[in-house]
Amino acid sequence: MKTVEEIRAAIEAAVAGAGVEVVPNPSPSGQHSLRIEPGHAVEVARFLRDDAELALDFLSNVTGVDWLDREIEETLPVTRTVTKLVDGAEQTVEEMVEETVKRFEPGFLEAVYHLYSVARKHGPVVLRMRTVNRTDQVELPSLTPIWRSAEFQEREVFDLYGIVFTGHPDLRRLLMWPGFKNHPMRRDYVEPDDFEYEPTAHDRVLERALAHQSAAELAAAEQAVSGGAAASPAEAVAQPEARQGTEAGA
Amino acid sequence: MDEALKTELGRQGIFVTTLEELYNWGRRSSLWPMQFGLACCAIEMIATTMARYDLARFGGEVFRPSPRQADLMIVSGTVTKKMAPAVVRLYNQMADPRYVIAMGACAISGGPFKQGYNVLKGIDRYIPVDVCIPGCPPRPEALIHAFMTLQKKIDGQPLTGEGRPRHLDAGARGEFPVPVYGEHDLEPASNPGVWSAPKVKR
Repeated sequence: MKTVEEIRAAIEAAVAGAGVEVVPNPSPSGQHSLRIEPGHAVEVARFLRDDAELALDFLSNVTGVDWLDREIEETLPVTRTVTKLVDGAEQTVEEMVEETVKRFEPGFLEAVYHLYSVARKHGPVVLRMRTVNRTDQVELPSLTPIWRSAEFQEREVFDLYGIVFTGHPDLRRLLMWPGFKNHPMRRDYVEPDDFEYEPTAHDRVLERALAHQSAAELAAAEQAVSGGAAASPAEAVAQPEARQGTEAGA
Repeated sequence: MDEALKTELGRQGIFVTTLEELYNWGRRSSLWPMQFGLACCAIEMIATTMARYDLARFGGEVFRPSPRQADLMIVSGTVTKKMAPAVVRLYNQMADPRYVIAMGACAISGGPFKQGYNVLKGIDRYIPVDVCIPGCPPRPEALIHAFMTLQKKIDGQPLTGEGRPRHLDAGARGEFPVPVYGEHDLEPASNPGVWSAPKVKR
């Protein structure tokens, strides 16, 4: 099979101004992906499917990724003109200074497509598409007209991540009900607080379960366990972590 | 009646019983489960009814495809929040006396999906459960054991007074509120008349 760079070149040759970018994967698998521009996505997809050499006729998987807003702190060497005393006389000199710059990178949603070729027995080729942001401009072109198997998977991505696929024949929620307002796989999803009872609660779940109980109930439970020795709820939260630590050590 | 005397009379060819015993014997020996399954536990439930495990030995082989004809609801599998209103509605449609077996970790508590966004944390939040079977999924023997446990429970039910079956209690509620799909979760998240949170013990 062609390498990602070769595929990128082939796409660029076939679709003018496709703007394909290779997203490297540093892990040992080296499964690099191709980031395609939403504007040309359908044409690129059609080329990948119909090209005799690639013949990517099978869409195996569609999934979403939620990238949150990020603030990146960078230290960059900056040249500045400074006025200071040099050899007893005041002079204007250029000086290299390290400067910390904070850069805001807006979050976005990403759809990832895994393609294989049944005819040529190769794959996968990984495609990525990114939305402008993760709030109001979340449209991506649907690839269902190219690969029919994308239909339900794009519906699932719409349901769980909130990416709106334009051109999709039947874009409804798939797993959650129609009146549901959230997108559960987004990283800022707040789940309903139904943690009243957790039989084997630990860590964050235990904290949430304990938050449902009054201080008196907690004290009574503590006393029942420790046989009269008073322990604060904070210790009750810390306990399972300590146990986990010993397990890891053993 | 004295148990020893009854056995003795039985040896002499005289059978003595009570109306209660006879009535409950009939009820427990022809429990008709409702024919529906929710997930992988249903596969074990099907296996239980087949020749190897043979639920028919206990009078429970007549799986009815209609809630109107069923006595027993075996909640076999994961109850998703999307499915929960349908399960409660089916339970409402069953005629009293009716019983519920929560089969497997998911039906009891949500199981491995407990902290997921779309799984109900136990069907006992909406309907009364008579027997819980732990396991993921439980073996057919475990379902048979639950069946026998339920039969013992039915056998022990008096026909009058406290603890009588619901169909003989004019005051018992027949219908349980069906949760509706809310914007973030099912509403209400549980039926307080049926379920209250056990305390976390630490």
